[in-house]
Amino acid sequence: MEERRTLKIDVLGETCPVPLVETRKAIRKAEVGDIIEVVGNHPPSKDEIPMAVESLGLELLGVEQKDDRWKITIRIPGESDG
Amino acid sequence: MADKATIIMQSGYYDRLYSALVVGTGALSMGMDVSIYFTFWGLDRLKKGRLEKGPLSRMNMLGLGKWMVKRKMKKANVRSLKDLMDDYIELGGKVLACDMTMDIMGVKRDDLDRDLIGDYCAVGTYIKEARESDITLFL
Repeated sequence: MEERRTLKIDVLGETCPVPLVETRKAIRKAEVGDIIEVVGNHPPSKDEIPMAVESLGLELLGVEQKDDRWKITIRIPGESDG
Repeated sequence: MADKATIIMQSGYYDRLYSALVVGTGALSMGMDVSIYFTFWGLDRLKKGRLEKGPLSRMNMLGLGKWMVKRKMKKANVRSLKDLMDDYIELGGKVLACDMTMDIMGVKRDDLDRDLIGDYCAVGTYIKEARESDITLFL
């Protein structure tokens, strides 16, 4: 069983392209099986981060919206997914 | 193979360099490879300490317009050019300086900020990359 870490990224108050860039930085540092949670409030990034997740072939676990904040959860897939 | 974006930074304008770096970091974030080729007036932005020194392409008004735009950007919490360039390089973006225009513009390698530059090149390198690119921009 691989060990899972959860990396939390806070981009509240940040604007384009920072939410996307900080998400990408976290993805580059993450390892197979890791979960990344990104919290922000820049409206276009709520749609654009999932686009990047798809482009990068990663797994989008969820997009939640509460008031003006959103939380996007991403998983780094790997060989053990079978 | 990753998709590729290739940008020619021909002008040295502050706002246009912003466009290049926002598109560049955005493309890197979405999994593309990116190269920015600095040539002619764009080379001035690669000189030591000159990254943020370009004028606005319109309404610069001897620097007053730029001062106002920078103030608004700070208020809107927009990342600085320096930080965007650091992000660009951290995410694997390439910065290339055009060797031929360095001669024309009298720019020497020692004048340029070596922390920024990935390589020096000529037109053949650009064409090779551009023909493999899905996005090409001339700024």
